[in-house]
Amino acid sequence: MYRYDEFDRQFVAERVEEFRDQVARRLSGELTEDEFRPLRLMNGVYLQLHAYMLRIAIPYGTLNGRKLRRLAHIARRYDRGFGHFTTRQNLQFNWIRLEDVPDILAELAEVEMHAIQTSGNCIRNVSADHFAGAAADEVADPRVYAEILRQWSSLHPEFTFLPRKFKIAVVASPADRAAIQVHDIGLQVKRNEAGELGFAVWVGGGLGRTPMIGRKVRDFLPEAELLSYCEAILRVYNLHGRRDNKYKARLKILVHEAGVDEIARDIEAEYEAIRARGALAMPQEEIARIRAYFAPPAFAQLPARSSVFEAAKADSRSFALFAERNVAPHKVPGYGIVTISLKAIGAPPGDATAEQMELVADLAERYSFDEVRVSHEQNLVLPHVRLDDIPAVHAALAEANLATPNAGLVTDIIACPGLDYCALANARSIPVAQRIARRFADIERQKQIGDLKIKISGCINACGHHHVGHIGILGVDRKGEEFYQITLGGSGDETCSIGEIVGKGFSSEEVVDAVETIIETYLGLRQGPEETFLAVFRRVGEAPFREALYADA
Amino acid sequence: MALYRNGSFVTDDPWRILGADEPVPPAGPVALPKARFLAEREALVGRNAPLGVVIEAGEGLDGLEDDIHRLSLIVLTFPKYTDGRSYSTARILRERFSYRGELRATGNVLRDQLRFMVRCGFDALEIVHEGTIAALKEGRIKLVSLHYQPASRDEDIPPIAGGRPWRRSSAGLL
Repeated sequence: MYRYDEFDRQFVAERVEEFRDQVARRLSGELTEDEFRPLRLMNGVYLQLHAYMLRIAIPYGTLNGRKLRRLAHIARRYDRGFGHFTTRQNLQFNWIRLEDVPDILAELAEVEMHAIQTSGNCIRNVSADHFAGAAADEVADPRVYAEILRQWSSLHPEFTFLPRKFKIAVVASPADRAAIQVHDIGLQVKRNEAGELGFAVWVGGGLGRTPMIGRKVRDFLPEAELLSYCEAILRVYNLHGRRDNKYKARLKILVHEAGVDEIARDIEAEYEAIRARGALAMPQEEIARIRAYFAPPAFAQLPARSSVFEAAKADSRSFALFAERNVAPHKVPGYGIVTISLKAIGAPPGDATAEQMELVADLAERYSFDEVRVSHEQNLVLPHVRLDDIPAVHAALAEANLATPNAGLVTDIIACPGLDYCALANARSIPVAQRIARRFADIERQKQIGDLKIKISGCINACGHHHVGHIGILGVDRKGEEFYQITLGGSGDETCSIGEIVGKGFSSEEVVDAVETIIETYLGLRQGPEETFLAVFRRVGEAPFREALYADA
Repeated sequence: MALYRNGSFVTDDPWRILGADEPVPPAGPVALPKARFLAEREALVGRNAPLGVVIEAGEGLDGLEDDIHRLSLIVLTFPKYTDGRSYSTARILRERFSYRGELRATGNVLRDQLRFMVRCGFDALEIVHEGTIAALKEGRIKLVSLHYQPASRDEDIPPIAGGRPWRRSSAGLL
């Protein structure tokens, strides 16, 4: 894990003092709310329906026990005892007093955390594969590059007042677990034929009201050129992105309107000019210095098969289910990657109480080399657990209602905060997620259905990523009543696709039945249990689903 | 309005910033809007006095490339402080065209953005906002002074020892 040195510590400390000064000027009336808004957003402070919300950066979703305990402490002391993990691997507190924010930031700084650029029209927290450093299929640890990008983008003097927000995601494996193609810049770390590290680069992806899949502009960008190239992309966007309409201001619109060929030419020209100056070429020593922070922990040499793990599966049905869904293969024999579901049946997706955070902190320290990850699917991950230890981890998680064996199943739902919290929302998201989860609570039924991603947004801004849900649900306001539009066939992985609207929306009463109808239709169409919902949809299209949903209409 | 240049307020600004229709005086430094400068270029260049151009955010440098070296003042505008285009234009002027004349920010120039502007190469700030003027005069500006990335004024601030290529402190730069 990256650790702050004196420079990083002073940087964050100065940022806390800068924001303390800004809050004081707001509270004294020297700054109007209009003048203060962009300043507070740069530090992750939103004004929501009922209170201020503070969004804390969790760079590339990596935490340790100490940081997680501090988040638990903040939840208890300054909020209502819980926090909400987001689809960009951050944490939100929803009941914060503005005057407490500087103190909260100071408490975060003590554990090397901050809220810089978690909102606002700037380069946001860089996200990465939540299985980084543990996944069997990665060519390098993507967090090395995410950290390099984090430092470069922190209070960047040129790119702090962009036309709109700007999101970067990094993976280092062919399987995309970070939805890179729906980010402004998506990076896939890869090796070329000579074995050198570099990046495939996509630009102009994004969700929101105009969902777009990113376009590939480089198949292989040499490792040392990462920042020169990103600076070129940002400069082209800063100068040419639309500023006349905030709904058309993202990079995706520029790419769409100008055409990817023209934008790619502009980027290349800017890149050549930046490269000629040479200031941003990454020295190998600097890459090595950052890489050293992400060196693999001291894994033990273990047999690939654990008799303790196998015995527990044979003994306990609940453990067997957990092992099947929530334990992923690790690159080191004898270890597993454990997904901690924050989607207990009936609970708000992504929420964790202070006590749950502390338990996970304990387990990370004891069993996972003090590492915890936040996934963009709003779950937590213990990335490096010995198979021998997983039964004990499972038992401890089960005590805290954290062992729901539903990773990747129909009840592992992404949902935005929706109208329960958010000033932008048109409809509630969390209660719909809860009702769907209850309808499909039977784990045997979930297993029968198999891999299925439901994603729910409470408005067109698409924070719940409904466009890339296998089943996407979008809340809309129809004459003061909550309605839900359903899209099918979206996917945020390496086969990225945007879901298609299946037909007219459903009332809050009807929407769970509609989801069930879609799933029953899928079960009737599939050629075998191995044919997933997404595979069936891609084979047959939306017609059979539409017929089933609107047969009586 | 006050002009803050290279670390202090100045009262002896020799420049006349002309609008689209104001006549060009026979002598003295003048700065003109970009379009007018390009239209009247020949006459202006023949004038024996320093020349400047005012470039609105979004106008860019197209057409000016061959004249940048002869300019002594370039004014870049911030119509709203949330419009960040002039930061990029400033860096391109300093870093690509090696422009060494005065680079002045005008418009919505506010205290929380001052260091960003200075790091992008502005050495003169035209400030209307009374609170910002007072804060600068009284040394009450609290802004992060440490930087992770290279920008336009790095030759003015030596790197901090300790391995990282770009870290700098610009505490003395405002």
